[in-house]
Amino acid sequence: MNTGDQYLKAIYLAQRLEDGPAATGTLADMLDVSPASVNEMIGKLEERGMADHEKYKGVTLTDEGIAQAEDALQTYCIIERFLANVLEVEDFRGEARALESVIDDTVAERLDTIIDRREECPDCFDAGEDKCEYLEPVVESAD
Amino acid sequence: MSLGQRVSTDHQLARLLQIGVVLEEVVEARAYRHLESLAADEREELGDEIVHLLEHAAEESEEHRERLEGLVEELDADTVAYEEIERLVEAQYGQTSPDDFDGVLYDALCNEETAYKFYDDLIEAVEASDADYAVDRDRLLDTLKSIRAEEEEGVEEVTEIMERRE
Repeated sequence: MNTGDQYLKAIYLAQRLEDGPAATGTLADMLDVSPASVNEMIGKLEERGMADHEKYKGVTLTDEGIAQAEDALQTYCIIERFLANVLEVEDFRGEARALESVIDDTVAERLDTIIDRREECPDCFDAGEDKCEYLEPVVESAD
Repeated sequence: MSLGQRVSTDHQLARLLQIGVVLEEVVEARAYRHLESLAADEREELGDEIVHLLEHAAEESEEHRERLEGLVEELDADTVAYEEIERLVEAQYGQTSPDDFDGVLYDALCNEETAYKFYDDLIEAVEASDADYAVDRDRLLDTLKSIRAEEEEGVEEVTEIMERRE
């Protein structure tokens, strides 16, 4: 997944969490990058017609941005499900975040052939829990 | 969230190699499943060339995963047993099986292309990192590059068959 798609996914989830435009500070925290990097990428996404940025309010995805963010979130869900249920990784969220930049969409599509994912994906992704609401990890977290 | 495309730890390298093993297992299991799903007359119609292609893909994947498993073991990690992936492929096959012979070929092409892309990205991510892995870097890259070359040959082989069938 490329950097632009990671940003689109983060904006999409932040909009859900905040029930409105995504604040750049929230995005910087989610992506563990500086606010300056967020602003730079938002500018690029605006140029590509993927997002609108309103000063002091935040970022909102366009319809095109939403469609691409949903594809990216599906890919992310595949990676999380694969880690949690096939490789039985306890920290599947942390590892999915670390691996998403290295896993190509085509690779995720192949992994999807062994994963039981709902048709409504990614609507069932719980932004607060950072996982699909139907995902039941094989190894439960200790905390 | 990491925005860099590099493999910086043994743990991350082991995880990516584990994914490589599973991809090879998926290729192997789906190739055998495609062959099993064909009735004898269909196999005849499909031709020796394509049956041979699927058998070769399965054998090559088995050989690739054995090489990857050796590296994963050196990184002190486990891999998912083939039987487990075979079971998962079987469970989802009804929803993901190709509709016809061309679909089987297209699936084989996707397998080879995906594997090629995976190894290509992994090689790039290893080369972008100056981490000192528990496995010898040169041997790791040699293994990955030789597997990538075989996947590239596989893409060419399937493409040629597809072009002849047009």
